[in-house]
Amino acid sequence: MAEQLLRAAPELAVASAMPARARALSGPHGPRPRRRFSRRNVFIYGTLALVAVYYLLPLYVMVVTSLKGMPEIRLGNIFSPPVEITFEPWIKAWSTACTGLNCDGLSRGFWNSVMITVPSVFLSISIASINGYALANWRFKGAEVFFTVLVVGAFIPYQVMLYPVVIVLREIGLYGSLWGLVLVHTIFGMPILTLLFRNYFASLPEELFKAARVDGAGFWTIYLRIMLPMSLPIFVVAIILQVTGIWNDFLFGVVYTKPDTYPMTVQLNNIVNAVQGVKEYNVNMAATLLTGLVPLVIYFISGKLFVRGIAAGAVKG
Amino acid sequence: MTSVQVRDVSLSFGAYDVLKELNLDVPEGEFLVLLGPSGCGKSTLLNCIAGLLDVSEGQIFIKGKNVTWEEPKDRGIGMVFQSYALYPQMTVEGNLSFGLKTAGMAKDEIARRIARAAEILQIEPLLQRKPAALSGGQRQRVAIGRALVRDVDVFLFDEPLSNLDAKLRSELRVEIKRLHQKLANTMIYVTHDQIEAMTLADRIAVMKGGVIQQLDAPQVIYNKPVNRFVAGFLGSPGMNFLDGEVEGDAPTFVATDTKIPLGRYGFGDAAKPGKAVFGVRPEHIATGDAAAAMPFQVDARVELVEPMGSDTLVWTKLGGQSFAFRVEAERHLASGDQLRIGFDPARASLFDGQSGSRM
Repeated sequence: MAEQLLRAAPELAVASAMPARARALSGPHGPRPRRRFSRRNVFIYGTLALVAVYYLLPLYVMVVTSLKGMPEIRLGNIFSPPVEITFEPWIKAWSTACTGLNCDGLSRGFWNSVMITVPSVFLSISIASINGYALANWRFKGAEVFFTVLVVGAFIPYQVMLYPVVIVLREIGLYGSLWGLVLVHTIFGMPILTLLFRNYFASLPEELFKAARVDGAGFWTIYLRIMLPMSLPIFVVAIILQVTGIWNDFLFGVVYTKPDTYPMTVQLNNIVNAVQGVKEYNVNMAATLLTGLVPLVIYFISGKLFVRGIAAGAVKG
Repeated sequence: MTSVQVRDVSLSFGAYDVLKELNLDVPEGEFLVLLGPSGCGKSTLLNCIAGLLDVSEGQIFIKGKNVTWEEPKDRGIGMVFQSYALYPQMTVEGNLSFGLKTAGMAKDEIARRIARAAEILQIEPLLQRKPAALSGGQRQRVAIGRALVRDVDVFLFDEPLSNLDAKLRSELRVEIKRLHQKLANTMIYVTHDQIEAMTLADRIAVMKGGVIQQLDAPQVIYNKPVNRFVAGFLGSPGMNFLDGEVEGDAPTFVATDTKIPLGRYGFGDAAKPGKAVFGVRPEHIATGDAAAAMPFQVDARVELVEPMGSDTLVWTKLGGQSFAFRVEAERHLASGDQLRIGFDPARASLFDGQSGSRM
């Protein structure tokens, strides 16, 4: 009976021969052609160009103005390029412009800012990265509470804490000194940086951490030998955030320092807002450009890594 | 001698119990596979043995030593992870030597051990490469090497082959088996792949809901599953289950119009009437001439045919319920065909309708 059910194998259909390679194809084939001046492209590039001009125009005005002499500025054509290029305003802004009693230009503020920024960035990132690592990988008791408190801290406006911090700094004898300001920047950078590092370390595969533990590595060995070498992108992000944030800071600088230790931003303000004498627009422009140069350079050097670091926190792998 | 001993281990995350008073003895040199669906607690148990998770209750012994409170490095274990977990910034050699350097071992001893592991795993040409420059199979070999150089008593594998494609998986499976034969270490291997479990294991522990359902040799688990869960989890295509009732003094399984005599079935306890599930594997069903020799025979109408290359799976209805059996690939059946099938109830499994445990 079963034999009756056996069927003859269906004959194999013979596949048709492959078409000749060099056949002329009619109808759409290959990549779809794209028109360069399609409505879509015109719209996209038009918008981009418009926005770019909108943002670059003030910069252009600043650059050309800073390269003009005062007589030329008084003519009132702020958009016209300088007839006679002069670097005099830049030199004056850097070394001889007066703020209050000091007439040594922005150079003093520049070095103050360097001395504030470098240790602040170093300290805040070191501590925050260890915090983030401990929070992400070593789930100690109370870690959740600690983290919540820290995140809440990120949302409290700085102005609320200005005066209490003044008192604290006075009590520990750091008020008015560069190190006082370093301390303030380190503490205020902590919530956002810890959050950044915690999320980055949490995005690294947990099995790496487990493997290192099986290999006998402890808290510091895992941090230094395993985690740090994998974290260049997020460190670049943190450095950019901190350098620009601390360099551009005005509020803490003006509150917690004295004229000798004013950072560059405060000095810039004092130059630009001086009430007596002639308003030297070219010097003001040059001084502003000088102050903004440091964050700008940082962006240009590390822009690529910055984007990679931001994305690394968001996407796994 | 017992190599790994798990005593009354429980683990809860908050109100959720992942492991429930689990007991497990692994003799020295055994290849034990923890098998179960995801979320059954098998990886958690492995992490507890490794010391990467603290147990809520109970004890863990390795080589007779209570290691419940010991750090992973002091337990004499090596672990291989699913995602390889190679340190990306180090070369293969750096990966292999990291644990040994951390332990402060002498340089020439490290070199000697790396050379040995590299030779066993045939990764000598890869030693100076970074993990990113390796293929998946090579990475997993290095990960095994990292456990190998530590010269440990117990190897722990956490789904080591799940990230590989099917071909590599079967290749590395053989290599792991070969490695076990060569080293004769105790190995505990977690997987959800029943083929890996069947091929590798000396014994399989099938887990569900933080409890070991059955712990036995692969053939026993395959042929005499203790409950319906184990029966359904092992085997591909899965076991046929027929809902019905056990009736009469000479016990018979009845599902609507189909009556299967259970005279030859080896009951655990005395047969008791009531709701039951009858299970029989598709590969235990004979057709054609062979069917005529079987104690139970029935005519079946083909509903669907699934050719799998090596053989063909045929779907039909028995007692109004879906029922599959295997025929050799040369048989060309089409839906609507009639044929006679048969099987021996002694090779089947009968489960209690309520509890699902074997009768």
